[in-house]
Amino acid sequence: MSRTLLGAYRPGTTLLHRLPSGAKLTALLLAGLVLTLLTGWRSALAGVAVALLLAVLSRMPLRSLARSLRGLALLAIVLGGWLTWQAGWPRAVATVGDLVALVLLATVVTTTTPVDAILDTITSVARPLRPLGVDPERVGLAFSLVLRTIPATLGLAEETRDAARARGLERDPRARLTPFVLRVVADAQATGEALHARGVGDDRDHRET
Amino acid sequence: MARIELDRVTVRRETADGDLLALDETDLTLTEGRIALIGPNGAGKSTLARLVNGLVTATSGTVRVDGLDVAREGREVRRRVAFSFTDPKAQLVMPTAGEDVALSLRRSHRDPGERREAARKVLARFGLEGLEDRSVHALSGGQAQLLALAGVLATDPDVLVADEPTTLLDLGNARRVGDLLLGLDQQLLLVTHDLELATRCERALLVVGGRVAADGSAAEVVEHYRSIA
Repeated sequence: MSRTLLGAYRPGTTLLHRLPSGAKLTALLLAGLVLTLLTGWRSALAGVAVALLLAVLSRMPLRSLARSLRGLALLAIVLGGWLTWQAGWPRAVATVGDLVALVLLATVVTTTTPVDAILDTITSVARPLRPLGVDPERVGLAFSLVLRTIPATLGLAEETRDAARARGLERDPRARLTPFVLRVVADAQATGEALHARGVGDDRDHRET
Repeated sequence: MARIELDRVTVRRETADGDLLALDETDLTLTEGRIALIGPNGAGKSTLARLVNGLVTATSGTVRVDGLDVAREGREVRRRVAFSFTDPKAQLVMPTAGEDVALSLRRSHRDPGERREAARKVLARFGLEGLEDRSVHALSGGQAQLLALAGVLATDPDVLVADEPTTLLDLGNARRVGDLLLGLDQQLLLVTHDLELATRCERALLVVGGRVAADGSAAEVVEHYRSIA
């Protein structure tokens, strides 16, 4: 997998860059619902086609697009093969197609939208939930951290694999899994510590009013 | 300069090998602009530094910054005291350089456009102009450390606690970051193994075995450390 599975923001002036982040996130949510509800292989392929068209319209570099697809390739092959064997090719195409379409659409959103803007949108959406005890700023921050954590975790997986390989232990699952889990937990603790040190998330008066 | 006070502070930690005394009944008052914490690994330097920002809580005793109790008024203290980690990548929590600085500015700049502009200015101040859209993973070690410092100093705190900020850097970047740190307007509490950098501070504390073994002018304390190391 690649660290750029969801793509980092790339500034630009395309229509997709100019759309409000709320519109893009809503569209992504709706696309997820539609693709989940329409279970056929045709809708999945249509979803992939639309996602590829949007990726082209966003002027995402081909290299970034290829990286996103390459990151999914292994999963798509394994999942597709297993589903073909278990349920036939239409089911396999439908499931893998939905997955590829949604990852591509998410990549388009993250490539054309600064995380700061996503954070603002999520914070605004969560604001009505404040009477229920929800802290909108924290919800937005958590969402943003997920976007940060995915590539960071993939990076740790790559480093752990390389470390196991350097010791000739690439076929030993324990040599890869144990340090990987420990490093992910340590990274999560370090992130929490960094946020704590910066005072992010512990300022009541920095909530939106 | 802020007044940092430690009053009979002890820090104990539970480890697999039993109770570890990280800092033992330490009394200190720090008011100088540039203070270095030096000493061997595991001596308690980082523990002492982390107490000031509230990252470590004293088992007993009190830590105060300008009269604010770090344990009780941590939120207020963290507004005044910024903390920089050894590994800058552990500190960068947003995907791009501009967004990471903008995260610190959310409190002071509500408007997204103004916030982005302010982040751009902060980056330029730290010699990182033009890197606002660069992935934090794509930065060099020196750039990452400068960004980490930009992120915590963007809010203009009174004090910067820097925990071995030059340890992971090459010679050129270490010198660049060291010069930047010593040129800051903020009060600096610097944990370092770079004795040349420590000598450029006004005061130094030698921490050994959880105790302050020497305290005085940086030149004298560094000389003492060299004589016993």
